[in-house]
Amino acid sequence: MSGTTMNPTSPLIEVEHLAVRFTTPNGGVVEAVRDVSFTLHKGKTLGIVGESGSGKSQTALAMMGLLPPNGAVSGVARYDGRDLLGMKHAELNRIRGDRVAMIFQDPMTALNPFLTIERQMTEVLQLHRKISRKQAFEQAVAMCEAVRIADARRRIKMYPHEFSGGMLQRVMIAMALLCEPDVLIADEPTTALDVTVQAQIIELLRDLQSDLGTAIILITHDMGVVASLCDDVMVMYGGRTMEYGTAEQIFSQPTHPYTIGLLDALPHLDDDGDVPLRAIAGNPPSAGGAVHGCAFAPRCAMAEEQCASVRPELLAFTDTDGGQRQRACHLPIAELRPGVRVGGAV
Amino acid sequence: MTLSTIETQTGDAVAVSASAHIDPFGDSPARHAWRRFAQNRAALVSCVILGLIILACFVGPWLLPYGFDDTDWLSISLPPSLANMHWFGTDELGRDLLVRTLIGGRISLEVGLLGTTLTVAIGVAWGATAGYAGGKIDAAMMRIVDMMYAIPYMLIAILMMTLFGRAFYLVVLTISLFSWIDMARVVRGQTLTLKKREFIDAARATGVPAARIVMQHIVPNLLGVVIIYTTVTVPGIILTESVLSFLGLGVQEPMTSWGVLIADGTSKMEVRPWLLAFPGLFLIATLYCTNYIGDALRDAFDPKVQ
Repeated sequence: MSGTTMNPTSPLIEVEHLAVRFTTPNGGVVEAVRDVSFTLHKGKTLGIVGESGSGKSQTALAMMGLLPPNGAVSGVARYDGRDLLGMKHAELNRIRGDRVAMIFQDPMTALNPFLTIERQMTEVLQLHRKISRKQAFEQAVAMCEAVRIADARRRIKMYPHEFSGGMLQRVMIAMALLCEPDVLIADEPTTALDVTVQAQIIELLRDLQSDLGTAIILITHDMGVVASLCDDVMVMYGGRTMEYGTAEQIFSQPTHPYTIGLLDALPHLDDDGDVPLRAIAGNPPSAGGAVHGCAFAPRCAMAEEQCASVRPELLAFTDTDGGQRQRACHLPIAELRPGVRVGGAV
Repeated sequence: MTLSTIETQTGDAVAVSASAHIDPFGDSPARHAWRRFAQNRAALVSCVILGLIILACFVGPWLLPYGFDDTDWLSISLPPSLANMHWFGTDELGRDLLVRTLIGGRISLEVGLLGTTLTVAIGVAWGATAGYAGGKIDAAMMRIVDMMYAIPYMLIAILMMTLFGRAFYLVVLTISLFSWIDMARVVRGQTLTLKKREFIDAARATGVPAARIVMQHIVPNLLGVVIIYTTVTVPGIILTESVLSFLGLGVQEPMTSWGVLIADGTSKMEVRPWLLAFPGLFLIATLYCTNYIGDALRDAFDPKVQ
């Protein structure tokens, strides 16, 4: 494994060669995730970044056993040494929500509109802890206060539609953290929220992480969020890992054309208003077709002949600063486009 | 909300609906629902009328001087009149129609209530389970429903009556045995769309077992559809009972039900219209009331309706 975050203890989450494939009704096979591996240590944050359709959400759903019936998963996803993928449902149900929790992208749809916030929060507690309704209520209120919901004792009795989006995402976070999980999987937790609220939620996640020591897998396409929260970063494209290293490494020295493109596409504060944003040309690949070479090759400005035919392996290497990291690209690092601006990304 | 706010509502509905929004906090869901229900005046009136009908049916016959099977040769086919103490008139055997309507109401209301309860319970459980489980379980469960459609219910009704004899609970059972299949289909369809919603995934992600997801997360969201469909089911069941009775499979003379009285009255409506009018009026009033109450209940339990 990568060993990007050096930690003497064994990792909390170990994912090895995870692959997700869907069979379509007409008999086709869609490979959403291919050969993805990563580790997560206690209290650390891993950012999984990539465009829509890069397989980052499917990776998370597969780990949580939430794939639809036509989805099949292979590989290993261990939590605390136990494989989540081969587990019986009852055993998995004891872990998810309790030891491994998840936050969804859109809080407006991820809460049951017919149940009060209180019901939904106490349900989680009563499932995983043998406590009375009253105790569960008190804990739920305390957690709502921890995520800074004002007047929590009264508002907890309201229904989801009576909250704003930002408040609901706080509720989701509170629900996810109720059982003080070891791992929190946040699937684009800020995408459905407006920018000022996004900042509050990110700040909240960071504070809670330092208080509770929860490890976080943060799935996002927002490089700014990654920069402010993550220890490690895994960049995904077309269902594969393109680059994997510490946030420091990825932001200061990206070694994959796709990562460079992502960082380059960020608007910068020192840009004049009339400078157009630098988008990566082209569209993400449709997940259906078989890819022979590098998935990013058709859009890569630096692609060479072999990129389209030979798939680059994800290989570990030591960078100039002596750090261990991984990349999947044929091009030598020295040949990558010089003068890439990344400093202003944070 | 306190009682006083509900009372002021009769005077000024606008003021109350405004004051109801002032403090949305700290109310239990049940009180929330009750307050919204109480704001629906049609439903409140319906409750009162339905309550009076039920009271009349179960207490009324004791207060009247006639039995439901007392024939009186001196007062055959009397039209309704306040003077002769037969307010609803009499039939061709001289039996008082008022007491027969009330006694018949007992049967009809009981059949309606029990039949609907069974229909809803079986239909919702079956449909929600099939819809949520999906795949082979769903296919198998819904083929059973299809098979039920193919069986003529009259045949089963006749079979049950001949095998087990004529009994009230058999009538209810037979009717429910066939009316739940529509409910199951409606509920299954709704469940199929519900289970794709993200909050179901979110519940699964928190480790909620499948059975509990169906009970806690699917069923409450089905409420609107189920209530609406139930209000359609009630009259259907009451009328099915009358069909069975008409064929001699339900209640038997001299015992009666609204369905029987209406069927009987229909054949004589040209000469003795009151025989149709009074039982018909009671049935219509009951059905209207259940519809209004059902409507109000759906609104009251849907948290998004204010």
